[in-house]
Amino acid sequence: MELLEKNMFMDNTRLELKGIYKNFGNVVALKNISMTTNSGQINCILGDNGAGKSTLVNIISGVFKQSKGQYKINGKTVSFLNPLDAITAGISTVYQSLAIIPILSIYRNFFLGQEPIKNNIFKTFDKDFATTTTTQQLKKFDINIEDPKRMAGTLSGGERQILAISRALYFGAKILILDEPTSALGVKESNKVVEQITNLKKQNINVILISHNIDQAFVLGDKFFVIKNGDLVAQLEKSETSAKSLRKILEK
Amino acid sequence: MQGIKSYLQVSSEIGILAVGVALLMISGEFDLSIGSLIGFSSMSMTLLTVEGNMSIPLACLCSLFLTIFVGYCNGLTVVKSGLPSFIITLGSLFIVRGLTIALSKIITGRTQLGGISGSSGYDFMSSLFSSNLTISGVDFPISIIWWILFVIAGYFLLNHTQIGNWIFATGASKESSMLMGIPVNQVKISLFIFTAFCAWFISVIQVITYGGADVLRGEQKEFIAIIAAVIGGTLLTGGYGSIIGVMIGALIFGMVKQGIIFAGVDADWFQVFMGVMLVSAVLVNGTFRKKYVHG
Repeated sequence: MELLEKNMFMDNTRLELKGIYKNFGNVVALKNISMTTNSGQINCILGDNGAGKSTLVNIISGVFKQSKGQYKINGKTVSFLNPLDAITAGISTVYQSLAIIPILSIYRNFFLGQEPIKNNIFKTFDKDFATTTTTQQLKKFDINIEDPKRMAGTLSGGERQILAISRALYFGAKILILDEPTSALGVKESNKVVEQITNLKKQNINVILISHNIDQAFVLGDKFFVIKNGDLVAQLEKSETSAKSLRKILEK
Repeated sequence: MQGIKSYLQVSSEIGILAVGVALLMISGEFDLSIGSLIGFSSMSMTLLTVEGNMSIPLACLCSLFLTIFVGYCNGLTVVKSGLPSFIITLGSLFIVRGLTIALSKIITGRTQLGGISGSSGYDFMSSLFSSNLTISGVDFPISIIWWILFVIAGYFLLNHTQIGNWIFATGASKESSMLMGIPVNQVKISLFIFTAFCAWFISVIQVITYGGADVLRGEQKEFIAIIAAVIGGTLLTGGYGSIIGVMIGALIFGMVKQGIIFAGVDADWFQVFMGVMLVSAVLVNGTFRKKYVHG
């Protein structure tokens, strides 16, 4: 609970990109991208496959470095060496397929890479803390699990996605990138995830949602960025547009 | 009691190797070179003692460095090339065995070497690695104690430490683990080194117990250790396994091997039985995995 409350009163986390270019050899993947996203908002990046969404996300999350342009968080220029660097700075990405390891237990997944250590000579993995914390954190997202020692593969697709989101928040994510969080899910599971994403706004998280499902994105989002062939062709507030006109821009 | 001693002795040597092999398998890799490494390690420590006039503990230490260096090379090659460890270590199986035979022929003109029992430090090493514990009139070899210690250490590492979590995760999904910041390459290389360490440990026990070395020591041990690990429930695909299970696997191996002799059945049948056990274990593990993971 502490973490949630802390987040609620936390200042805005602003992400700013200015004139970002990315080349792979002679191929220009991104051209002059400038955009700003703020906390407490769901910022949707829309575009077809191959439009440059992934490249953009990979720059934000520290996988790639931009060829040209400025990347700022709260007005300060940042430069990440790797994704871990970005995570430490509060920028987490939840990848659609790679978020959770099915053959690892739920609590081991939750603390993967950041295991709590007991203060004894053997520096043992504090499993009691890990299991209770995992159960508590998932409860906040309306997922009740009796046994966090179960394999994560026994969770439904939506639950796995939420597990990954709750893990990112627990470890201090202020900017959360969600890569097609519902595209592999059925309607019911998808609704569960959508509900929890909406709740992230109350926690003052700067959500960046990657999607090609325009209808769903329009319901969820506050701000829309449309990318085509590496260009940012439109940058619109919800009040300025509709699902229909977004689709028109995309299909033009 | 005599029977128990007999199979525990067989199980303990396989069991020590299988701890290393299982941890490596859980992280998603194989090491087929450990059998050759046992021959290499025992020959190098005997050569250093007999030809190099080193004390036995010093020779053991030198051969430890040589052996884990080979383990490191295995790991580094696998990680850097991205090729299956099965192929890389199949290569080193032959390279190491061939080098051991060729070099010991050049140096001594022989493939077997004895005469370390008179060298300095022998009594000390013997008390550590080849003494017996007498329980109700039967001498149990100390290797059983070492086996138990390896099992405890392996179990603790895998189930109760951060590294243990990394080993599971690395074997289950290298990509996801990397995204979570786990140094998967270091995890794998360390486990190749640990497997080589287990091979070295067995070679010390053998050299001290038999008073010398043979270039062919450890032949087929790589397969037997993998069989013990698989019978113990370790997945061939990595990501899951249990050290206690592997201990039971080694125990079953020893019991069957010695049991067949005691029962008066021709020992040739042992291989048939092991093969059948291995295939059944793989099938059971696969089914179990599906059930366990998908509820």
